[in-house]
Amino acid sequence: MYAFDIERPTRIADAVKLLSDSSESQPLGGGQTLIPTLKQRLAMPERLVSLTAIPEMQGVCKSDAGELCIGGATTHATVAAEAGDYPALAALAANIGDPAVRNRGTIGGSLANNDPSACYPAAALGSGATIITNAREIAADDYFQGMFTTALDEGEIITEVRFPVPEAANYQKFDQPASRFALTGVFVARFADGVRVAITGASEEGVFRWSEAEEALSKDFSADAIAGLSLSGDGMISDLHGSGDYRAHLAKVLTGRAVSAAG
Amino acid sequence: MTQVSMTVNGKPVSGEVEGRTLLADYLREDLRLTGTHIGCDTSQCGACVVHVNGKAVKACTMFAAEAEGAEVTTIEGMANPDGSLNTIQQAFQDHHGLQCGFCTPGMVMSAAALLEENPKPTEAEIRDYLEGNICRCTGYHNIVKAIMAASGQDVSAIAAE
Ligand SMILES: Cc1cc2nc3c(=O)[nH]c(=O)nc-3n(C[C@H](O)[C@H](O)[C@H](O)COP(=O)(O)OP(=O)(O)OC[C@H]3O[C@@H](n4cnc5c(N)ncnc54)[C@H](O)[C@@H]3O)c2cc1C
Ligand code: FES
Ligand code: FES
Repeated sequence: MYAFDIERPTRIADAVKLLSDSSESQPLGGGQTLIPTLKQRLAMPERLVSLTAIPEMQGVCKSDAGELCIGGATTHATVAAEAGDYPALAALAANIGDPAVRNRGTIGGSLANNDPSACYPAAALGSGATIITNAREIAADDYFQGMFTTALDEGEIITEVRFPVPEAANYQKFDQPASRFALTGVFVARFADGVRVAITGASEEGVFRWSEAEEALSKDFSADAIAGLSLSGDGMISDLHGSGDYRAHLAKVLTGRAVSAAG
Repeated sequence: MTQVSMTVNGKPVSGEVEGRTLLADYLREDLRLTGTHIGCDTSQCGACVVHVNGKAVKACTMFAAEAEGAEVTTIEGMANPDGSLNTIQQAFQDHHGLQCGFCTPGMVMSAAALLEENPKPTEAEIRDYLEGNICRCTGYHNIVKAIMAASGQDVSAIAAE
């Protein structure tokens, strides 16, 4: 790692100020992605601004509108333990990586990173969540802009994520056992006004909504409803763990399983 | 350089660290607590697992400066006060839960965190919890058995496959 300083502010305003002071500053969440990146010398910040000592960015609560609000620096382990009002989300958090990763990794770090195989992007897009930053509110549909790319500006931090709670939902993760990320994962959520299906670990563009499946499932919420549909392997990630066609097929199988499990 | 203070195995410690100093390096190089092993340095293997404020974390993927004010427990803090092995450590010995011993500090720390959360885990729960702890020697079977035994459960049902 190149040398850098670490600051640990305890207020959002102080963190934002430290990040805007210098363009060589970078936020540090749980470090589960950033520290390996720094070790490989793929990043060269002069200053890391840790977000994990800020009480305003911690914890899970419910808004008056019934949405689940999660602080941007809340760990996966805390979401797993405290998001009981949204069981599919708690279960997703409980299956990220391993216990030690879950005790450090944060929801804000995961969504900021937008790894094409990460789990939270599927939950946020599949639920139609709102990403709240120090500057604005961003709808999940506008937030994800391709592999490792998001709507966040330089120095902008995710302070909270707000999830509408669906009537029924489920996340199916097909493990990539070496990385412990999703080889492919599907999040299905049924709301009173329709169904959302978000697929991670498949497209080279990162997480995406499968609109044909959403339409079919909004009419008939059963695995049979998507039997006649298929996704193309074009533009899907192909690597030694699976070809694009394999991932496209897996996405459909997992969608069916998620629908059956959501009930 | 930053000044850090924390409690390690019940003793207050403090020192100067660089921003980039990993908790694992601070424990090993500065405090000479070399029981915390570094197997991969890429958060894959779990040999470096320690407890920070009671939670299992990979000490190779956390900065020492982030442990400011924290209570840290390493494998050196696990034995009984008289120096004898604690229940989990003794069970690893009794059930041959280690061969070369390289992964063992991390295994014991993860096992302790598991039993704190879930005092009577099933075999499947133990295997799931140890997902981030890799052992190249034992094939895991006797590790799982040792943790079952340490939790006071009958291990005769876990046949050697
Ligand atoms: C062994 C292993 C297995 C894993 N398995 C999975 C898995 O199955 N599924 C999964 O989804 N993920 C998995 N992960 C990734 C894990 O969830 C990470 O915690 C996550 O991707 C990054 O979160 P973090 O808090 O550690 O962020 P960091 O590593 O600290 O930061 C990541 C990036 O986000 C930025 N950042 C951090 N916080 C914020 C914020 N609040 N606002 C704006 N920018 C921010 C940082 O500047 C950096 O660019 C795994 C990681 C490991 C090491
Ligand atoms: S050395 Fe930390 S996980 Fe391998
Ligand atoms: S005993 Fe040798 S690596 Fe586990």
